[in-house]
Amino acid sequence: MLLLIQYTLIFTSVLMLVALGGCFSEHSGVINIGLEGIMVFGALGGALVMRYLPAGTPAFVMVVVSIIAAMCVGILYSLLLAVAAINFKADQTLVGTAMNLLGTAAATVIVKAINTAADSSNPSSEIMYIEAKKSFIISEGTEFSWFMILALILLIASYIILYKTKFGLRLMACGEHPQAADSVGINVYRMRYAGVMISGLLGGLGGLVYITAGVSAWKFENGVAGFGFLALAVMIFGSWKPQRIALAALLFGLFRSLSNVYTGFDLLKNLNLPSTVYNMLPYIISLVVLAFLSKNSAAPKAEGIPYDKGSR
Amino acid sequence: MQTSKSREPLLRRPAVQTLLASLLCVLLGLLVGYIALIIINPKGATSAITDVLKNFWTYSKVDKQLKHFGSTLITTAPLLMCALSVLFAYKVGLFNIGAAGQYVAGAGACLYCALALKLPWFVCLLAAVAAGAILGSISGFLKAYRNVNEVISCIMLNWISLYLVNTLLSGVKNPTGKDTFTIASQNTGAMLPTLGLDSLLNNKNVTIAIPLSILVCVFIWVLLSKTRLGYELRATGLNKNAAKYCGMRDRYNIILTMAIAGGLAGFGAAMLYLSDFEQWAVTQASVPAMGFNGIAAAFLGGLNPIGAIFSSYFIQHITRGGAALTSTGVYSSQTSDLITSVIIYMCGFVLFMKQTLNRWLDSRAQKGGKS
Repeated sequence: MLLLIQYTLIFTSVLMLVALGGCFSEHSGVINIGLEGIMVFGALGGALVMRYLPAGTPAFVMVVVSIIAAMCVGILYSLLLAVAAINFKADQTLVGTAMNLLGTAAATVIVKAINTAADSSNPSSEIMYIEAKKSFIISEGTEFSWFMILALILLIASYIILYKTKFGLRLMACGEHPQAADSVGINVYRMRYAGVMISGLLGGLGGLVYITAGVSAWKFENGVAGFGFLALAVMIFGSWKPQRIALAALLFGLFRSLSNVYTGFDLLKNLNLPSTVYNMLPYIISLVVLAFLSKNSAAPKAEGIPYDKGSR
Repeated sequence: MQTSKSREPLLRRPAVQTLLASLLCVLLGLLVGYIALIIINPKGATSAITDVLKNFWTYSKVDKQLKHFGSTLITTAPLLMCALSVLFAYKVGLFNIGAAGQYVAGAGACLYCALALKLPWFVCLLAAVAAGAILGSISGFLKAYRNVNEVISCIMLNWISLYLVNTLLSGVKNPTGKDTFTIASQNTGAMLPTLGLDSLLNNKNVTIAIPLSILVCVFIWVLLSKTRLGYELRATGLNKNAAKYCGMRDRYNIILTMAIAGGLAGFGAAMLYLSDFEQWAVTQASVPAMGFNGIAAAFLGGLNPIGAIFSSYFIQHITRGGAALTSTGVYSSQTSDLITSVIIYMCGFVLFMKQTLNRWLDSRAQKGGKS
């Protein structure tokens, strides 16, 4: 049971962080399908820091530096989307898809190059961070990590920023009616850049949390196994509102963790279902949920439409 | 003066502009790949990138060249079908990122029919098409009646179908390994006919898949641009509300489109797996890249079925060329994935490229008029 709670909380943190990222981007008016790629790059940034910081580094420094690295790499990578979608008016779905493919391919190339340079007989795409990972754990032997607390803080911060600050309200205006926002002097382009970069920050952090969830090494060939997309479903399920996103993430996190730990429950074990059923569950549930919730979509009105100052 | 006058209209033609833009995308993609190779190890970078580009030409003997050319063609057929699937849906305003999952469903259906039920090849082929079409129409239905974004539903279905097919095919796998049985060892009747193409290219897996997929490609082109249905579908894609106002059945058209797109992707899977070129590994943890590369091929081909033939070939050419990089021990085969993904990214800028070109032509025309 404890194991289930641990895994649920980890996966909830991941999904919530990434979904909040998507939420910021979409409220500014840019669809961010590329979250998956952003996660991979954020994870790569964090993993490299964990690996290359010397072993004696204090836990606090380790945690802070790797988190900052993941966030910065995530922001940098999200700029690919920002430039294409905001300045060049590219098709956001296409660019996002390209970023997902690029994320996994580039990360694999980079990690393999590093690994083969260190040891020519090791062409794998795996980074190990067994010692470094321990810094993130709050109490030894469990999976409770500082990330969960950080995720909670960021959730509250997201809520406050979106609804209680001038910046957040302006950001949302750009996603609903950019022309109107522009007419009262808000720089739509700058706001959209901010939205996408915040999604890069949160997505990158989410990637780092994901690759430290219960494992101490990551094969970058595998990307992040569709978590970026699951987060998008969480965001839609949460109807683009931080507080609901948190609840949706909790639900999805629970089902996702079931596939990791279902063998620990006699009831579930006795059902004798193949493990693939549990693997499929989060995806099936999100489909069903979406089918019932998308009818009255609360999506920002102007998302996906490039803003053109000259158009009417 | 005479030459510049005749050249200008040529550059103005949309087809020429698309071609130029695609070539630019390819060049930029290759440049990024080359830079990545140089950063990893500057010594062998130039020869590595030429190896990627040369693919089968690196072999000195003609029969070996033919064999590897054949292998490239075998993988081109399924990619072409996935590209068609993506571009067909895109013409109707849908982004079929689910080609990957529909491809998986097709692979599962045709391999199950071939290996477990021992059915002949055309039945397996039809089963693959049907499986892909069903999966596609689920996304179409959710989009038409429940307003679910097709990108999200497609991605969920990609994963669901991957796990389903892994379970389904674990019954017909080699007990010692993770791959399914070869079709040749179980049911030769399920192999696609070769019609002598295998001996022509010195490659036993070369089948009618290649001519068949080109036929389908032409058929789709005719369907889209010469028939009433194609006109309706394109009209729905351009403006859903206007099409509905004109009495076109928008919901029906969305579902039909996704079903056809799914069927095409399923067909593609049958082209590869019924050629016995590859077996399905039931432990695979991610959806095969074929469907995603289909997006690349569709956009690189300028969203034109005939253009997709060339872009599909090109992408498989560099992918197979890239696979050889593993043997260098320095570079990884994912370099060609990197190049492909950069190409897709650059395809996002095609609109901008065309606008810039037109603006440049306009300003030149103005200057020419004054002088």
